Amino acid sequence: MRDLTNEIVEFIRRTSTDLPQDVEERLKAAVEKEAPGSAARGAMETVLKNVELSRKNSTPICQDTGTPIFYVHYPEGWSTRKLREMIRNALVEATQKSYMRPNAVDAIYDKNSGNNLGGEEFPSIHFEEVDADAPLTIELMLKGGGCENVGAQYSLPNNGLGAGRDLAGVRKVVLDAVQKAQGQGCAPGILGVAIGGDRGSSYAKSKEVLFGKIGERNNDPEVAALEERLTDEANTMGIGPMGFGGQTTVIDTKIVGMHRLPASYFVSVSYMCWAYRRRKMTVQGDEVVYD
Amino acid sequence: MREIQLPVNDETIRELRVGEPVLLSGLMVTGRDAAHKWMMETFIKKTKEPKGDDLQVYEALKKLLNGAVIYHCGPVVSGLDSKDYKFVAAGPTTSIREEPYQAAVMKHFNLKGVIGKGGMGAKTLQGCQETPGVYFHAIGGAASFIAQSVKKVLGVYKLEFGVPEALWVIEVKDFPVVVTMDSHGQSQHTVVESASHRVLEELLAQPY
Ligand code: SF4
Repeated sequence: MRDLTNEIVEFIRRTSTDLPQDVEERLKAAVEKEAPGSAARGAMETVLKNVELSRKNSTPICQDTGTPIFYVHYPEGWSTRKLREMIRNALVEATQKSYMRPNAVDAIYDKNSGNNLGGEEFPSIHFEEVDADAPLTIELMLKGGGCENVGAQYSLPNNGLGAGRDLAGVRKVVLDAVQKAQGQGCAPGILGVAIGGDRGSSYAKSKEVLFGKIGERNNDPEVAALEERLTDEANTMGIGPMGFGGQTTVIDTKIVGMHRLPASYFVSVSYMCWAYRRRKMTVQGDEVVYD
Repeated sequence: MREIQLPVNDETIRELRVGEPVLLSGLMVTGRDAAHKWMMETFIKKTKEPKGDDLQVYEALKKLLNGAVIYHCGPVVSGLDSKDYKFVAAGPTTSIREEPYQAAVMKHFNLKGVIGKGGMGAKTLQGCQETPGVYFHAIGGAASFIAQSVKKVLGVYKLEFGVPEALWVIEVKDFPVVVTMDSHGQSQHTVVESASHRVLEELLAQPY
């Protein structure tokens, strides 16, 4: 099993400094929708200049480099213990190189570890085994704090919103979450919605779904229609970039269904800021490909 | 777009209305949680005895902050060993955490503005009317871009608070912001919040 630490450092650098193209394209389209001279348009123009500059200078897109969330698909026979060690070492090095801000703060002692490692859970790493001849893939998402703070979880039915245990109810609570978030999660945002599960698995799934490409729709036509409807309806609220007021509040919505207990019906909404940093690397034999 | 040179006078501040984009140039000081708490306890409420270089820093700040603005920002700074400081990433942080202190700090130092993100509450809005001052909203996440508008780091106070919490004195050029709270009692945040709430009510009433 080869040592991939250097390749993972490069992977982290790309994730933190180079915004994926599908996101950038949507942000570019959003600029055009705002009135010339408006605060919203100015905000989007600054965002795009920032994206360009970060890519050119290899500096973090945002100084909050977020919670690093890794999903690793490893071929049968690989050691997850070694892979974990490589990822953790790479993260320390990426922090020394200022691609990442030291972001792990002990919640009880209020102390920053200084190297982005904190206990078993920071960074968060998920492993999944694949066939022995399949490639190794590592996906990484950097989930910022400001947008994480406006995420929400609802237990349906919700009487205040008149939301029952069906897609109509899901629609209502998601719209409520968008209105409550205002611009605080650095709008325009992307919504990851999980329906079902328990409180923990539901939130985890609402982030996992954000690894998909922008515009990728759920296989179920009814759910797919709700995804598009939610994006459109969220944008009628006029919250706009940064909450300045404007046309684009949400650039995409992704919904995923899970199994639930008969007694529970959770809807979890993860809000991802415009700095939607997620990338994938694939290792097959000697070859390493970054998406 | 309106361009403002800092420090700035009361007349210019009174001309500003919510929703207006502005380019800021000149001098400003960064300060967030630790700085606000320290200013409040040591010099405004005086519940803590000044110690170390507190009094010298206070004298320097009184001059620097008069007519200037404070920036809610925890920057990433390079050149810490050589003291040849440079801002690498310097986007705004969430302002509401300073709500308990901001109005008093504004009045005490005659601050003409605060820069941050997410807006602030009723107490600060009141402070903006009395001082007078405004709240400038920077673009959240635009860390590399804003760092580039920082032309010079003129100095730093209270580095013992840590790099993000220290008071950095900087000179900026064409720093893009939007006025979202003005000196006439208007807050863009309240307006957008209530308008979006009305739309939400309509959407909730629609059949699926
Ligand atoms: S919400 Fe996103 S863009 Fe905004 S400060 Fe946090 S990480 Fe940066």
